[in-house]
Amino acid sequence: MSVPQYRKAAAIALVAGLGLSLTACSTKSDDAAKDASGKVTITVDCQPVGAQKELLKNWNDDVVEFQKQNPNIVIKSVSVGEQCNNPPDFTARLAGGTVTDVFYGYMTDLQQVLDSGQAMDITEYVNKDTIPTWDSVDPALKGVFTDGGKLYAVPVKNYSMGLVYNKVLFQRAGLDVNNPPKTWAEVRAAAKKISALGNGIAGYSEYSAGNTGGWHFTSLLYSQGGQVLTEDGKKADFNNAMGKQVLQNLKDMRYGDNSMGSRQLLQWGDLLTNAGAGKVGMFIGAPDATQAIVSQFQGKFQDWAMGPLPGQDGAAKATLGGGEGYFFKKGLTPEQVKAGLKWIAYQKLTPGKGQFDYVRAKPQNYPVGLPQPLLFANGSDAQKKEVELRKANANVDTANFAIFEANPVPIKGEPRNAQAIYAVLDAAMSGVLTNPNANIDALLKTAEEKVNQLLATAS
Amino acid sequence: MAITTVPGTTRQPGRPEPPYPSSRRRTSLGRKVRDNLTGHTFLIGALVCFAVFSWYPMVRGIVMSFQRTRRGETTWVGWDNYTRIIDDPSFWTAWKNTFYFTFLALVLGYAVPFFVAILLNEFRHARGYLRILVYLPVMLPPASALFLFKFYAYDPSEAGLFNAILAALHLPTSEWMQSPGMTMPAMVLASTWMNMGSAVLIYLAALQNIPGELYEAAELDGAGIWRRIRHVTIPQTRLILALLAMMQIVATMQLFIEPLILANGAGTGDSATSVAYLIYQHGFFQNDLNGAAALGVIMLIVLAGFSAVYVRLTAKQD
Repeated sequence: MSVPQYRKAAAIALVAGLGLSLTACSTKSDDAAKDASGKVTITVDCQPVGAQKELLKNWNDDVVEFQKQNPNIVIKSVSVGEQCNNPPDFTARLAGGTVTDVFYGYMTDLQQVLDSGQAMDITEYVNKDTIPTWDSVDPALKGVFTDGGKLYAVPVKNYSMGLVYNKVLFQRAGLDVNNPPKTWAEVRAAAKKISALGNGIAGYSEYSAGNTGGWHFTSLLYSQGGQVLTEDGKKADFNNAMGKQVLQNLKDMRYGDNSMGSRQLLQWGDLLTNAGAGKVGMFIGAPDATQAIVSQFQGKFQDWAMGPLPGQDGAAKATLGGGEGYFFKKGLTPEQVKAGLKWIAYQKLTPGKGQFDYVRAKPQNYPVGLPQPLLFANGSDAQKKEVELRKANANVDTANFAIFEANPVPIKGEPRNAQAIYAVLDAAMSGVLTNPNANIDALLKTAEEKVNQLLATAS
Repeated sequence: MAITTVPGTTRQPGRPEPPYPSSRRRTSLGRKVRDNLTGHTFLIGALVCFAVFSWYPMVRGIVMSFQRTRRGETTWVGWDNYTRIIDDPSFWTAWKNTFYFTFLALVLGYAVPFFVAILLNEFRHARGYLRILVYLPVMLPPASALFLFKFYAYDPSEAGLFNAILAALHLPTSEWMQSPGMTMPAMVLASTWMNMGSAVLIYLAALQNIPGELYEAAELDGAGIWRRIRHVTIPQTRLILALLAMMQIVATMQLFIEPLILANGAGTGDSATSVAYLIYQHGFFQNDLNGAAALGVIMLIVLAGFSAVYVRLTAKQD
């Protein structure tokens, strides 16, 4: 059979093109860690995306300035979209081995990162020489990223939860904006008054999907003095009177008082969308929730204030603390690790620079004055400097957070395998928020079985 | 059955002569490849694509289902992942939900397009416009269509589209995706609306291949519309019906995007958890890629069973 030449050529071109495109898909970096001129290159993720124009400009300015100060280091920034705040994306990149040299992770991610075998032990590299403010960083946060005495990440942000409330709705409902509820009974009473305003307003709103339900269950459990896991971390410890009380409070508000609105199965953005639209009276969250309401969901800073996390009968016994840090990919050269630490020190851990450059952030309307990130230990030099700069440049009303700051609740860290446990606990939260006949005992028992199983798997 | 020209064997009676002379069939492999160079070259491209994007991940998934990775160390654990995944309290719930969805999808998503196609086939005017109308939802990206249902149609408040209609008709309203009993029917309803157009077009093509004389003969015998459907339409389209039923089963058992978008994942309790969503949850939320792989293999075996039936039916049709 004679084959016309042009068809042969087309076929060969097709195969060659396919081969080339497959080669192009390869994720292996072709950047040498150190080039001929002796420059060290590191890739770093979480560069703001194009839509975040000012944040992106700030990031790029920081890169230029840092490289000017460190001419031997080249920072290659990578924008990975949702990866920096989306557990499934993060898991996919981790499993696929496509994380950057220096990569972002939640404080809850240590176990997962260690399991993947991708994290480097950076204990010997982290000190005052590589990070000048290292001695000021809260030791508890260093502990979160430490396993078996080895440090695997540098903490760069920390938060704790409180009661976020809408001052406008408080006023309309005849509540005292300077005296937010301190117990769950008071939350319930206030929620009833706010929801009585009608027009689809929820007095109190709560998550129950996308891991956020389990996250908040944990915080509410801590407020009662409970814990998600036993002290040795080997068994679930929420199927008890405190766990039941957490779910009972919510069930009472949802179906006893009808003060939680009709739409449930909410994830992070769902609740904040409703809040931005002025349809939520109260919810529990970290101070940066108000920032998201303003920057992403068209809300106003002046409408929102924060109080401490309510307790069952008095002050909350503890509140959930969490945050984020940067890991280092296994296999980096010592020069790359040191370069990465220098960059993090500059962009994340130096008062007056990077994320703490309040002079730059103020005119950009990027909120300055929120009581976080709580990175530096109380009374440390870095903390004093950071607080001083924050107060001098505040562009949000710090009085809105004064009650929260004046009534600190002890911070308790997230449990081991937190994201997996939160996923399981979502079902218990959605159960009481969407089913008036939900059996709380059965929901907790099922969740307990699942968590025990996943802990057995993880051990 | 292959036809052979090897000496000593006899050709089966009634079989046609082979299309090529026997000498051609004995040509070497290299000659055959050279003769069909263009075809083989194109084939290589397709094979490489399948190998890289379909077969390798599948084989890798099967291997992973017998392994466990901890601290970067991978060990062989035999059937451990399988026993563990079967012990997961959500395992049987997910299968029950998936089969329930498939059953509802067969009742609703399979029958409705068939009757819509019959109706369209009966129209003499404006058939083209009606076809476009029916096909339009297929052109919407599934995520957009599902968000429309989630935020407008299934809004549990009285402002929701369906609840407003029910209220106007003085019927009880529903909480739709938040009501455990309504989760699956609501997902099937949305899925049927989204996917009906393609099935309708296939049915229409089959209906239009039925000889008009059969209907004329049936009418002469006094058959009404239902008897014509029963005795002419259904027998004449039975193979297409069987094939689409099988495709519907295989497709609906991979239920994933509906729970993910409409129910934000698991829904109320585990009411929306499908097998595919459970795989996603194990893999990407519970940091258990090996368990997810084991569940994926179990699903593969079940779907392969249905696919085998599908292949048999296809062969019969050929």
